[in-house]
Amino acid sequence: MTARERIAGSVANYVDERTGAAAWMKKNLNKVFPDHWSFLLGEIALYSFVILLLSGTFLTFWFDPSQREVIYDGGYQPLSGLKMSAAYASTLHISFEVRGGLLMRQIHHWAALIFMAAIVVHLMRVYFTGAFRKPREFNWIIGVGLLTLGIVEGFLGYSLPDDLLSGTGIRIAEAIIQALPLVGSYLAFFAFGGAFPGEAFIPRIYTVHVLLLPGAFLALITVHLMLVWYQKHTQYPGPGRTEKNVVGYPLLPVYMAKAGGFFFIVFGVTAFLGAVASINPIWLYGPYTPGQISAGSQPDWYMGWLDGLVRMAPPLETHAFGHTISWNILIPGLIVPGILFTGMALYPFIESWMTGDKREHHLLDRPRNAPNRTALGVMSLTFMLVALINGGNDIIATTFHLTINQIMWFSRIAIFVLPPLSFVITKRLCLSLQRADRDLVLHGRETGRLVMMPHGEFVEVHEPISPEKAWLLTQHEQNPALALDENDSRGVRRPGALKNKLRARLSKAHAVAVPKVTAEDLKEIEHH
Amino acid sequence: MSNEIEAIKDPGLPAHVHRRADTDPKAAKKAERQVAILFLLSALGTVTMIGSYIFIPQDIFIFFPVLGNTNAHQLFLGLGMAASLFFIGMGAIHWAKTLMPDEEVVIQRHEFRSPDEDRADFVATAKAGAAAAGLGRRSLIKRSLGLSLGLAGLSPLILLRDLGPLPKDELSKTSWKAGTRLVTDPGDRPIRAEDLEVGAVAQTLPEIAKGGHRALSDIGKDAVLLIRLRPEEFNLDAERLSWTHEGIIAFSKICSHMGCAVALYEQQTKHLLCPCHQSTFDVTRAAKVIFGPAARPLPQLAITVDSEGYLIAKQPFTEPVGPSFWERSS
Repeated sequence: MTARERIAGSVANYVDERTGAAAWMKKNLNKVFPDHWSFLLGEIALYSFVILLLSGTFLTFWFDPSQREVIYDGGYQPLSGLKMSAAYASTLHISFEVRGGLLMRQIHHWAALIFMAAIVVHLMRVYFTGAFRKPREFNWIIGVGLLTLGIVEGFLGYSLPDDLLSGTGIRIAEAIIQALPLVGSYLAFFAFGGAFPGEAFIPRIYTVHVLLLPGAFLALITVHLMLVWYQKHTQYPGPGRTEKNVVGYPLLPVYMAKAGGFFFIVFGVTAFLGAVASINPIWLYGPYTPGQISAGSQPDWYMGWLDGLVRMAPPLETHAFGHTISWNILIPGLIVPGILFTGMALYPFIESWMTGDKREHHLLDRPRNAPNRTALGVMSLTFMLVALINGGNDIIATTFHLTINQIMWFSRIAIFVLPPLSFVITKRLCLSLQRADRDLVLHGRETGRLVMMPHGEFVEVHEPISPEKAWLLTQHEQNPALALDENDSRGVRRPGALKNKLRARLSKAHAVAVPKVTAEDLKEIEHH
Repeated sequence: MSNEIEAIKDPGLPAHVHRRADTDPKAAKKAERQVAILFLLSALGTVTMIGSYIFIPQDIFIFFPVLGNTNAHQLFLGLGMAASLFFIGMGAIHWAKTLMPDEEVVIQRHEFRSPDEDRADFVATAKAGAAAAGLGRRSLIKRSLGLSLGLAGLSPLILLRDLGPLPKDELSKTSWKAGTRLVTDPGDRPIRAEDLEVGAVAQTLPEIAKGGHRALSDIGKDAVLLIRLRPEEFNLDAERLSWTHEGIIAFSKICSHMGCAVALYEQQTKHLLCPCHQSTFDVTRAAKVIFGPAARPLPQLAITVDSEGYLIAKQPFTEPVGPSFWERSS
């Protein structure tokens, strides 16, 4: 026994005698994780969060969230002698005088963008592969919660420096609060400690940004990961992979080394971006004052879709009985996002209701094999994309020499037309891909080699695919639609017939598929 | 299930293919050296970072293609840090991929549903617990507990009351009064009509006493934009025309949509554009909305000149400025 082994042994002994953890540790250190690049997306989000905690803590050592007015006398000459808030002045101080300060600010901001991007792409992976199905519905909801909190946290974060751009963002947030019927002006006055902008808001959101929300993140991420751990990771279908097993690498040492290494890579890439790619150069914007603005005001990308929706809203306000309701703010700012996010959170339950499928699923779907779900996902993404494009309409207009009116009208029409269109196209594409899979299994791979038959006909030689590939293309389930009769056995209309009718129609739409190849089909083709 | 028809058979896990380093000690040694080199590159990065922190002054800018003029301190500090982190990761992953065992392991899953016996026991325990507490029988306790919990839930709401004052009519009034002088922002100089050429725009605020303080929340309501046109270019009713002075018209600069500063004036078309959501207002028609999400024109401020010839407000704004709110009557 080497000295190192002895030390490891005695540490394990020490811990176990005090916690009885040996049995648990033994089981969990041998935990198996399936390997796939798309499983790294959630990891990127997790690592960015750690980077955010580290770089954020660094920034708090110098950042002063006060909105008290100061005269700037720091190192950045163009702003010398200007009145500004202490928050803005201290952000300038971090950027120009604290060594490594600008680097940390840029790492923090890049990490936030990567955090949100990783969450969104991870969400897309989970959605399109059906990983949210039973028993993982809770984790899906937690994920939607994390996404929502991420948007809020990101917004609060870039609002802290109190520069002209971020102050404009706060102004818009205030207008949304103020537009709430009945309680709007009260809530706005409470949040801002009086009339906008006041001197209370930034110190308050600072506490929320560095304490309250990170705490909520930590709690939710912990539960999210514990559930992944406990429920074991889903895996992609393939030879030898079933609903009942997990095929992959053990936690110790392979996964530990890979995951740990990947953390450093994510951190390294973020640091590289922070070093070479300037982001949010607040010194160029100047201090916030409500009377000024910079052209081309843009939020961070994960808020862009919301801004895009607000921009394309029709100019609707109701004035009645001495009161005003601003539909032009409420619809794009609260109602539509509310519907979208609620629908997203509830989707696992909606799908299970449509298909009547209450079984556990651990094998992922290939997106083409769930055409309805895939099409719905692409439809939602198209909606978001049109909104996002409109959120950058001023930038697009100046870049491509268009008028803002053209882009706005394009968006106003496209937001209604393109999503359904993309649904239909995606569903067709999925079915075509299924058909291609079927052909591949039945007739093999096209080799591109042409052979002339004795009677002069040219044929292309097809090569049979491997049994592994054939299995991959045919392993999925094809479940029939729910049979829901409007009438019971005696011909009497059931209660809730309308609901059943809707459910039956949705179920039918969900079950549309090109029949997969069976062993019998193959036998039959061998006879030819 | 649909699998009544015989499906194609699962061929099972493919046979494991060994890597070169698994069988060839030379390849393994080479992989070990590669991992070590990656870790050393990381160490080099850290040294670069520390060196940059200490030795590169913060005011040196060097030119790089693509990046442009770059602060050397920040750049090398960041590149050093990036290398120091990135290569640790690369080393660890290369190590895992070339030298650590790469044989796939299969473990079994178990269904999450507990055995029926446990489930029944659980339900029975829960029921017994509820029965022991007697909530079902003692409705007085149940109701009073509901009341107290509900009321206790209100306490955070009441405790947050002092976050801010009540809005009262704050949202409806500004600092503008009859006779308030318009002064430039920045500069605080009063303005004569002749200071503004036709086609010019000026950002103004109400005059304050010498040494007085202007809070940002005042500017957020008081900011006014002056625009001078030729009087015949206006397309206004008689009242609104009387609110202008020699072709000078004044609007609240705070957007009637979401409160951004409506700062973009297009001289050719005489349109005001809000850069936030592109609401567009026609200056010649009392800032009527001609495009975008804003639902109301920008409030117009009636102006005239005082005895010394300086521009003043004829009267306060006749409607609230800025974004809409519930209590707004029009």
